[in-house]
Amino acid sequence: MGPHHEDVPVAARVRRLEERVIAAGLATDEELDAVLTRLYTSASPVNGARMVARAWTDPGYRDRLLADGNAAAAELGFGDAVSGYRLKAVANEPGRHNMIVCTLCSCYPVSLLGPSPSWYKSLAYRSRAVREPRAVLAEFGLELPEATEIAVWDASAESRYLVLPGRPAGTAGLPDDDLAALVTLAGLIGTAAV
Amino acid sequence: MRFAPGSRVRARVLDPDHHTRLPGYVRGQLGEIVEAEGVCPLPDDCARGIVPPRVETVYAVRFPAAALWGTGTHTVTVDLWESYLEEAG
Repeated sequence: MGPHHEDVPVAARVRRLEERVIAAGLATDEELDAVLTRLYTSASPVNGARMVARAWTDPGYRDRLLADGNAAAAELGFGDAVSGYRLKAVANEPGRHNMIVCTLCSCYPVSLLGPSPSWYKSLAYRSRAVREPRAVLAEFGLELPEATEIAVWDASAESRYLVLPGRPAGTAGLPDDDLAALVTLAGLIGTAAV
Repeated sequence: MRFAPGSRVRARVLDPDHHTRLPGYVRGQLGEIVEAEGVCPLPDDCARGIVPPRVETVYAVRFPAAALWGTGTHTVTVDLWESYLEEAG
């Protein structure tokens, strides 16, 4: 468990689960702590945003990102970060919008997006995203034209999805760092335009 | 790899007693293979402690919302192990 959550009831449940995992010899306390430390210190939507910004300014990188997400992540120094899963980037285009969900649990590329928002793990989002995504997006404030196709990606196996948002208008000439600052976690999930 | 991109498949109607990662909402539904994603151990076997587990190709399979829910214009793409799928006639 991370800091500051000791009083939450789920913390006691997580601690009991950790004790069972350790007692079964599946991992040591130190290994579990190392995983969490790595998560809290390096997993961030800043990573995914850097990849998006590069894809906006470098068409060759965009093509490579869509063809092989893991190789494209490695180009920006995130190779180790995505070594545990197959990264699949899906691109928003005029007339086509993507959003990601994990209906079975809460799978998502944590190392590139950071810890997931609580709503991403909620039963409401997980059940409604595949059933009525347009209504869900509208509740997030994203009203898409009726003609825009919506593609929902349910991360039910070993692939982890990242949405490549469309580049906002009026951003010509901005350097990658400024472009990356425009990209939000919701944009990488697909519940916001950027 | 049994299914080529573009081929029509049906998600099997299974309701096993053990763990599976075949979502209930696609069981029995017709979809289209988007791509093969590589091979992975079958979670149904891993969860039961079967050693070695079956290792199968995982496919991205696209389902139209109208087929899943009777309404809607969107698509839902689900990642499914090969044994969750059968050829659609």
